[in-house]
Amino acid sequence: MNEAYEDRLRAFVGREINPLRPGQDPVNQPMIRHWVEAMEDDNPIYLDEAAARATGRDGTVAPASMVQAWTMRGYAATAAPKGGGGFDDLVALLAEGGYTSVVATDSEFEFHRELVPGDHIGMREVVESISPEKVTGLGTGRFVTTLKTYHDQDGEIVAVQRWRTLRFRPKEKPAEKRNEKPEPRALRPRPALNRDNTFWFEAAREHRLVIQRCAACETLRHPPGPCCPECGSFEWDTVQASGRGHVYSFVVNHHPRHPAFDFPMIVAVVELAEGTRLITNLVGVTPEEVEIDMPVVLDWLDADPELSLPVFRPVAQEGH
Amino acid sequence: MNGASPLSGAAAIAGIGATEFSKDSGRSELRLACEAVLAAVADAGLKPSDVDGLVTFTADTNAEIHVARNTGIGELRFFSRVGYGGGAACGTLQQAAMAVATGVADVVVCYRAFNERSGERYGLGQADRAMDTSADRAAYSWMTPFGLSTPAQWVAMFARRYMHEYGATSEDFGRVAVVDRRHAANNPAAWFYQRPITLEEHQASRWIAEPLHLLDCCQETDGGQALVVVSAERARDLPHAPAIIRAAAQGSGKDQHMMTSYYRPSVSGIPEMGLVGDQLYAQSGLRPDDIDAAVLYDHFTPLVLPQLEELGFCARGEAKDFIADGHLEVGGRLPCNTHGGQLGEAYLHGMNGVAEAVRLVRGTSVNQPSSETHNVIVTAGTGVPTSGLVLGVDE
Repeated sequence: MNEAYEDRLRAFVGREINPLRPGQDPVNQPMIRHWVEAMEDDNPIYLDEAAARATGRDGTVAPASMVQAWTMRGYAATAAPKGGGGFDDLVALLAEGGYTSVVATDSEFEFHRELVPGDHIGMREVVESISPEKVTGLGTGRFVTTLKTYHDQDGEIVAVQRWRTLRFRPKEKPAEKRNEKPEPRALRPRPALNRDNTFWFEAAREHRLVIQRCAACETLRHPPGPCCPECGSFEWDTVQASGRGHVYSFVVNHHPRHPAFDFPMIVAVVELAEGTRLITNLVGVTPEEVEIDMPVVLDWLDADPELSLPVFRPVAQEGH
Repeated sequence: MNGASPLSGAAAIAGIGATEFSKDSGRSELRLACEAVLAAVADAGLKPSDVDGLVTFTADTNAEIHVARNTGIGELRFFSRVGYGGGAACGTLQQAAMAVATGVADVVVCYRAFNERSGERYGLGQADRAMDTSADRAAYSWMTPFGLSTPAQWVAMFARRYMHEYGATSEDFGRVAVVDRRHAANNPAAWFYQRPITLEEHQASRWIAEPLHLLDCCQETDGGQALVVVSAERARDLPHAPAIIRAAAQGSGKDQHMMTSYYRPSVSGIPEMGLVGDQLYAQSGLRPDDIDAAVLYDHFTPLVLPQLEELGFCARGEAKDFIADGHLEVGGRLPCNTHGGQLGEAYLHGMNGVAEAVRLVRGTSVNQPSSETHNVIVTAGTGVPTSGLVLGVDE
């Protein structure tokens, strides 16, 4: 940071950035009620005259730390600052140095007397110090400390607040977060792979539709399993399916809508020429066109890099 | 009259109890279980300390020890769980009846309680459940990557094939919903009390999984249901007329899968239900003609049709005509789901249907047929390994 900038910052130290100006409204019970409700402060001296008097007070009082609230500039001025004052000049100078973000870090109060409804409070703010540049968890920045003095309608000081904020440069976000792309499509449900079925899904990734075959009696079976129900043999191999078959039954799914699929979607049980059946999807055909016994032929769906699935399309569409 | 099996007539259901059936109980599942169990024990005229056996579903989250501890049941001599979702319903009563018949336990309570609507909804499916390497989870690998994840979708696959083979239509399924809702309309405990539907409303309801409309699908329910089983002899000394367990059977078919037994030579029947029915008739010595009313598991309407066929009430493919002829109505040949079923009363995984069969035997159903009801058949979940009961009047 160059010396000229440092000098301009230093010039603010000791300078009044908010002149003494009365708050928009006097101290009043409705605002006290909103405040204590929001703060969940059920001390009765704020709203109940009798309870307040029972403590030796003349009547209800405002919560001490509410003193700041009586001098806030309000919604309109916050949303669209008019600018031009010393405070806004300081904010602009800090922004020029890249310190565009702000977080409050300390607020030390000294209260001189309790406020009561009818008091009309004003505030004056003077810059006490501006720190050298510091590296913090939020980013690099400067601590700006100001002293706010709160005066009543008679000019008496009712409270003093030492107010510290960190004005900082927000940390750079990682590149991948800055250029966020839309969420990728949900993946189809994963098959639960184990020692009895992994071979089938691995073959599918190579676009081979295989059928488990008993090595002893040569009976084909699907879904696969470790043992032949016909002869009891645990020995098996596979044959590659011809890819021809017909629709044995089918469903058109409408609800619920899993995000991996387009709806309505067709799920079918296809009986292969080899005689085994499998659950699959039909493609290249509308729900209205599907019929039981319709001849179909194997196609492949690469659902995602880890999952390829055999699907079927009507034979008539072959070669299109 | 006892049947050919030593189990037949040995035990009886002496008490039933349930919570209200809602969409948001506002209570824990354990509390629902405790409320239902205590209500059933009170209905039986017994004390919690009389109970020495508990049976529930593997799907239930309320372990026997938690129910026993909280309800003051104390020591348990018999505890058992039955698997396969709603297929367990009558199976829990079979466990209880066998325990009582063999003297393993004296008073066994069967229960099922869940927040199935406000908590974990089964209807949302299995798509995003955690994976492991178990055979149960691996079985989903053949369905969920293809988008076949929910009970409605699994049943729709059977329904489409059944329609193709037998010429059944969506309206034939809809008639089951209309009958259920008509019965529920008279039942103050039913969610759809005083809200019957027409076939036109069924046809106009939105698609869930073609060929299933919304009104082909049962509700999702928060609630609990419990039933108390004791020996038939002891039941005779308790306040209510006993619902004698004439038969209790389980069945898992050849090449059985969970909800997706699509690989059998034919998928238009329910062979595991046929297996249950054969045992029920063999145990009880009864025939379909001896059955006066039925509570048929109705999570989805289409699978009510093949149940009627598997249980011998009509020939294969003729259930649509049997239903269209009005035989499931209160005044029909086989009054069915007189409580409103799971479409109309509540989805309590079939356990509320067992309670309705008890009421039919007691003569206290809100839709009690005017003809005498001696024997009632009850079935559990379809598409899964399942179970069934025949309950009868003490004679």
